[in-house]
This record gives sequence, C-alpha cells and structure tokens, in this order.
Amino acid sequence: MNRPFLILLGVIGLVVPLLLSSPAHAVNPDEMLSNTVLEERARDISQELRCLVCQNQSIDDSDAELARDLRVLVRERLVAGDTDQQVIDYIVARYGDYVLLNPPLKPETYVLWASPIVLAILALIAVAAFYRRKQREAGAKPDKLSKDEQTRLNEILETAQKDGSK
Amino acid sequence: MRFSLAVIPLVLFAALAGIFLINIDKDSSVVPSVLIDKPAPDFSLPPLPGADKGLSRADLTKGKVSVLNVFASWCIPCRAEHPMIQRLSSEADVPVFGLNYKEKDPQDGVKWLEELGNPYQAVGMDLSGRTGIDFGVYGVPETFIIDGQGQIKYKHIGPVTAEVLENVLLPKIAELKG
Repeated sequence: MNRPFLILLGVIGLVVPLLLSSPAHAVNPDEMLSNTVLEERARDISQELRCLVCQNQSIDDSDAELARDLRVLVRERLVAGDTDQQVIDYIVARYGDYVLLNPPLKPETYVLWASPIVLAILALIAVAAFYRRKQREAGAKPDKLSKDEQTRLNEILETAQKDGSK
Repeated sequence: MRFSLAVIPLVLFAALAGIFLINIDKDSSVVPSVLIDKPAPDFSLPPLPGADKGLSRADLTKGKVSVLNVFASWCIPCRAEHPMIQRLSSEADVPVFGLNYKEKDPQDGVKWLEELGNPYQAVGMDLSGRTGIDFGVYGVPETFIIDGQGQIKYKHIGPVTAEVLENVLLPKIAELKG
C-alpha cells in the first residue's frame, strides 16, 4: 500500500467516528418523559443548569446523583405546567445564580459582561497608538539628503558609471 | 509617555498578583447559599425507623436558635465530622436537628447513629433528597444555623472541623442567641 492511501485511511479512521458519535448525555431512559415536546424542553433547560457537584458540567451531562435528582425535578415541574422560566427560577431560588451556566446580566455581573468589550477597546486604542507613533516617527525623518550626503552620493554614482563604461 | 508605557506590565502584574493573593485561600468548590437570611423552606419529614419523632419546619420556629446538620451514612466526611456535631450538641446549648439525606435503606441511618452515637434532638429522613434540594444542599455534610423565627442565618459546607466549630459555629450561635 502506498503512503497517501495510508494517510487517507488514517484520516477517515479519525473523522468518521467523530462524526458518528454524539456528545455523551447522562439522561437515563427511565428519566425521560413520554411527551417528546416536554422532554425536548427538559433537555434544553438541563443544558443551561450547572451540576453543583462537578461544577463545569451541566446537569444534562453529569452522572452525579444530585444532577439526576435535579433532572427529574425539572421534568416534574414541566409536567406540572411550569414555563421554562418558572422551572429555572425554581432551581435558582434554591441554588442561586451560580447554577446558571450563562450568568444573567445584572448589577453584580456588569463587570463580568463588560470586561471583554473593555479589553477589546483598550487593545484597539493600543494598536492605534502604536501605528500613530510609527507614522510620526517615519514623518520626522528628513526626507532630503543633506548637502554632504548628496555630494558623496554623486561621487559614488560617478565612479560606478566610470567603472561600468570601462 | 515612554515611561508610563513601561510601567503598564508591572501594574498589570501587581494587580493580577493581588487578585491571586486575595483568592488563594478561597475554595472554588464552595458555592455561597442564596438562602442566607431567608426563611427555611417548608418541609415535613418522617422519623427514622423506630424513632417516634420526625422533623418539620415547625421544629425550627420555636423561638430558639437551632442547628440543622445534613448527614448520610454513605458520606465519609460525615463520619469524620460526627464528633464535632456531638461537641456542638453538648457545648452550644441549642437543639441540633439531623437531616438524614438520601439513604439507600432507611435502616442505614439508624445503624449509623447506633454505632457513632446520636447527637440529634430529632432526625428527619429525606429519602428522596427533595428537602435537601429545597435547602440548596449539593453535597453532604452541610450545617445550617437557624434563628428562632426559622430564618437561615449561616451555612457551613463540608465537614465541621474543631477549628470551624470553635471559630465559626459556636461564636455565630452565641451571637444569634444574643
């Protein structure tokens, strides 16, 4: 077998399983609701809620016992007729904003939300200042040769011409 | 202009170092409770098998400061903190209640208390973990200090050590008792 073929085979072997696999979810079949619309909403809500035991997983992804309890609770609230927001508020009332993987925009989080924008503006100012300075430095340089330099240049050119015409 | 630019990295470094210094002792796994200064949630839990009294919100609103300790027989840190809960119960002169959180078998909690001693005035059995969720419990052990009107005043997450007991819980209780 030739080399390119082997490489192609390797790439296929890497990419195909990645395409076929779906992200792992911890939801067990016995937790799922038979009502697919409600189940869909439950999945969407669960992906927004942090598992407090593992902290950087959503309760949809986590195998922790508490995450399971919360998933079941979310589904119960939905079946009872809560809106998505009501379900989220119910959990937030017990665990605080920290359970939200997307922090809400409120006075306590203004700094958090504003910092990327502020940093981007600062970076733009720095870049602009850098180029302005470069331009100014370029402009400050004398664009004409001094008298001495001109005479020296002429001399060099003359010698070069003489050498060339020889 | 040139001087101030040269100082910027130094200032940034100092600021960053300052932030790290402030947070070096902070445990990022501890999530502050939103229930502080809020009334304890309404609940009513059955007793452990063989005990005559369960636990409900009414037990926390009798005008006396009380402590609610969330424990489970399967929780190893709970075993470690148990002597401190016993000390708390004898030294603080306040009722200490137990919330037996999510046992697989109701007898597990009973056996555990028989083995280690029972510092609780009453224990409620939360097999489903729902009362735990209402209290914002996310890991056992957790210890709540509740005032006489049933307001949650303090929550300690993780095992109570001698240091926590002496420096945090006992002073807090004394302060609330006034």
